[in-house]
Amino acid sequence: MININFLALSAIIVGIAFDIFGCLGLVRLPDVYNRLQASTKCVTLGTCSIMFGIFLQYGFSLMGIKSWLVIIFLLLTSPVAAHALARAAHKSGIKLTPKSVVDKYAEDKQ
Amino acid sequence: MSRQLKFIIWLLLVLLAAVLVLADIKFVSETFWRLAWPLVLAIILCVIRITLGPTPADRVMSIDILGILIIGICALLALVTGRDMFLDIAIAWALQSFISTLALAKYLEGKSFDD
Repeated sequence: MININFLALSAIIVGIAFDIFGCLGLVRLPDVYNRLQASTKCVTLGTCSIMFGIFLQYGFSLMGIKSWLVIIFLLLTSPVAAHALARAAHKSGIKLTPKSVVDKYAEDKQ
Repeated sequence: MSRQLKFIIWLLLVLLAAVLVLADIKFVSETFWRLAWPLVLAIILCVIRITLGPTPADRVMSIDILGILIIGICALLALVTGRDMFLDIAIAWALQSFISTLALAKYLEGKSFDD
């Protein structure tokens, strides 16, 4: 049994909490754009926090460097994927929820 | 086959797979199961959204989030067992998930892959 130190365990628990709240928003929110906004930010921050906990546990060893590599990849690629997906959803004609107030992108296209 | 029946069959299959995998991993460590059960719960929530998502964009987004959660489970496995092999899997999974999401977004937008 390994013993995890206090800082690494707190970072990992914060990450797991962000993951579960992001997926709760994925189920609860009414619209595809709202779901993208909730889930992508929360889940990306959660998984990056788990990786940062691994770095705090193992220091500058091989696993620490690899966890920084995963953090850099996730922070670079996940917002790009979410942006492309939201743009594709808006261009393929998916309606916003009726409770939404403003749609600047549709006004700009006219 | 009706929609509800499909949903129930999907959920039962995922629960069966999760129980099989975790019953195997429980021999590795007790700490892993104590840390990773919220992630398994989050994966079940993602599968619910994949099953009853009304539009294709919902499903693509849920599959992307599912990949990120699996990266988190790989990180917990690497933490508990102390091997760096699982982080290699996490790097490869992150890049592959990004590329597949971009390709599916291009397909939803209605363009070809060239431009």
